[in-house]
Amino acid sequence: MATTSTPPVEHRPTASQITLRVNGAAHRLTVDHRTTVLDALREHLGLIGAKKGCDHGQCGACTVLIDGHRINSCLTLAVAADGAQITTVEGLSDGEQPHPLQRAFLDHDGFQCGYCTPGQLCSAIGVLAEAADGHPSHVTPLPGTGSGAPPPGSPVPLTSSEIRERMSGNLCRCGAYTNIVDAIEEVAP
Amino acid sequence: MSHPEPGAPLGRLEGQLKVTGAARYAAEYTPRGTAYAWPVPATIARGTVTAVHDTDALAMPGALAVLSHHNAPRVTPADDPVLSVLQNAHVPHRGWYVALAIAESLEAARGMAAALHIDYAADEHDVVLTEGHARLYEPELANGGHPARREHGDFDAAYASAAVRVDATYTMAAQHNHPMEPHASTAEWDGDRLTVYDSNQGSTKVRDALATLFELRPEQVTVVSEHVGGGFGSKGTPRPQVVLAAMAARQLRRPVKLALPRNQLAAVVGHRAPTVQRLRIGADRKGGISALGHEIITHTSTVREFVEQAATPSRTMYTAPNSRTTHQVAALDVPTPSWMRAPGEASGMYALESAMDELAVALGMDPVELRVRNDPAIEPDTGKPFSSRHLVECLREGARRFGWEERDPRPRSRREGSLLIGTGVASATYPVLVSPSMAEACTVPGGGYRVRVNATDIGTGARTVLAQVAADALGVPVDHVLIDIGRSDLPAAPLAGGSSGTASWGWAVHHACRRLRALVMEAGGAETPTTTLRAFADTSGEADAESPYARHAFGAHFAEVAVDADTGETRVRRLLGVYAAGRILNSRTGHSQFIGGMVMGLGMALLEGSTMDPSFGDFAERDLASYHVPTCADTPAMEAHWIDEDDRHLNPMGSKGIGEIGIVGTAAAIGNAVHHATGVRLRELPMTPDKVLAHLN
Repeated sequence: MATTSTPPVEHRPTASQITLRVNGAAHRLTVDHRTTVLDALREHLGLIGAKKGCDHGQCGACTVLIDGHRINSCLTLAVAADGAQITTVEGLSDGEQPHPLQRAFLDHDGFQCGYCTPGQLCSAIGVLAEAADGHPSHVTPLPGTGSGAPPPGSPVPLTSSEIRERMSGNLCRCGAYTNIVDAIEEVAP
Repeated sequence: MSHPEPGAPLGRLEGQLKVTGAARYAAEYTPRGTAYAWPVPATIARGTVTAVHDTDALAMPGALAVLSHHNAPRVTPADDPVLSVLQNAHVPHRGWYVALAIAESLEAARGMAAALHIDYAADEHDVVLTEGHARLYEPELANGGHPARREHGDFDAAYASAAVRVDATYTMAAQHNHPMEPHASTAEWDGDRLTVYDSNQGSTKVRDALATLFELRPEQVTVVSEHVGGGFGSKGTPRPQVVLAAMAARQLRRPVKLALPRNQLAAVVGHRAPTVQRLRIGADRKGGISALGHEIITHTSTVREFVEQAATPSRTMYTAPNSRTTHQVAALDVPTPSWMRAPGEASGMYALESAMDELAVALGMDPVELRVRNDPAIEPDTGKPFSSRHLVECLREGARRFGWEERDPRPRSRREGSLLIGTGVASATYPVLVSPSMAEACTVPGGGYRVRVNATDIGTGARTVLAQVAADALGVPVDHVLIDIGRSDLPAAPLAGGSSGTASWGWAVHHACRRLRALVMEAGGAETPTTTLRAFADTSGEADAESPYARHAFGAHFAEVAVDADTGETRVRRLLGVYAAGRILNSRTGHSQFIGGMVMGLGMALLEGSTMDPSFGDFAERDLASYHVPTCADTPAMEAHWIDEDDRHLNPMGSKGIGEIGIVGTAAAIGNAVHHATGVRLRELPMTPDKVLAHLN
């Protein structure tokens, strides 16, 4: 092949040793600085539950919980999660006992192909926590606008429209949304 | 567990695996020593690769190889020329793969791909479909083997003399399948044996293609597709990733994993081709149709002729003594179109059912009654009797459930503040397709039965419903049946597509299980015979026998929309579908399929469409940030119901196939509701706010 005029690349360290705490277990691993949490889970730790749908934070299939918050693991570098507590779909059940949301997804047929499901489940857990903490959404009535508006900081009731709005970062091409909403409504307080 | 009723809402057998993250998809197999590949798409719309400069890429840490047409293994062409990748320097469209970077890690492979420098000699390109395009021609056949042209009676004369006429042209942008799991393969060679874990809708076909390409006997190739993250037609045929992964694994003598990046899919996995559809309907003043013309213009690529058979539903739907249905296609320098959920019907019924609504308005007639008025006794095109046809019942039942009779038919008659509210109806149809399949059933030492068939579960619930079919045929509880699907070394089976999977596989499963039951009876009837009993079925010659009946599923869609008069935004409030699709074999997974199709139809109506960039020859919307599929917040209250049909002219289960009909009439129902809400007839999909708003004020 012909040579090109690109200047030589200066090679600096491109990998670091980190600790990922996943589902309660600590994993020491050396990762390329470009490695995302998603690829670290899937390709380094063999945890295939978190899915790669777009790798650009557009579909939500890679959603996991980091320190209790839902995030797109494809947009998070592994080195930035050094030491953080990560929960994936594999860590949701309590031993043999499925998480209530897992049970509800089964009962309501909240999936078809299953590829978005781990992300939907982790995202739904995030939704439950955010609503309990009083985080408003686009459809939460503003305080002082009449009935249904929760006082600032108090838990937001998870109506079906709240669930629809808050789950819209997780795409499902099979179109299982109405069943997903039913499943989450069943578990929501 | 008791013997379940036919159609019982049995939960998905793999459900537990899917909610715990244990279900393994194609890119989730990592044999020891796996290398990672990243494909490189062409950045010109037509021309030739003149040089591949790989020095920088190969100098990167972790780099293993760069494959291009210079050094890639030669393959024997298979049926589908899109699989002949890296064989020569020609670039037939933008996004065609011109190289493959392979490295020790995913990050390194992606870095290499970015560092490759490829020189091209670009030729002039032509990528925009227009009416009157110089390259338009009438093909012999459209997709599915349908004749491109059919004529009955004298359409021109009948149309010219009709008392009421509608002449309308409907256009649709290209649409993209975008299953949540991008197309992926992990390939591994063991000497001259090839194993691939591949994401597809039918691995028997993938195996056969790989055997041809790499000059192997089919039994030297195993394709595993145990869990597949959706396909919607785009995985119905083998795709380039499986060829590239197998090539790379052979070249490197180690396993290679390749998952296609989302933003490359639009160019390499097919798309629903854009269409321009002219509908002309002539009727008498009571609504009786005398003339029906449905003329299609669409595009294909220069690689392979694919003609969206959008005029075909007009050959089935309504009485029309004088009709003309035609297709014209232009082979442009664009990616090759292919199947997307209900190819033909989804596009064609959008236009036909919109035109029927226009006719109802022109007649001052209720659109449900207009459809009932023109319900034919025999299939108009073939003259065959229908094996069963309950379109009228679907329309009546849907109207009742939806509250249709309370509707004020005048456009723009309901307003809530800035919101204009409207309702619409459309019919749906999808043909009964079925292909021969093989299946095997045997007794299991220690009790129970094992059924083996290379079916694919792309999310339909195939695994579950086949276990139900088997249990029903064996006369045993369903938990006595183990079912093996998703491997090409199982008895050969057709793909999950054309709403034909369950009918095709189930037919063979039914026969194998009935034969096994007879063997068990002969052996004394013990649930646990001392020797393994085995029965086999092959439905060749039976499943593909010509039927004296026209066999189609039918349905009716009702939609309520709210159009914001200030922003032009359309929100769907309610969607209701009623279907007549033979026997529904599992009410839970069946319901999910119906509403899933309706959600995709909602996307087709309001959100989905990509723009062909005339300068770059590229679909402009290539990722999920720019190509909008419906989200949870877009999805309204949805209902799917069905009418039980007892149709003895189908298959032993009496089923018609339900994977596609849910999408078919949805876009027209929504478009008709938008017209009712606003008085504006858009005739163009998707109905995005900019298009709606332009007509509102």
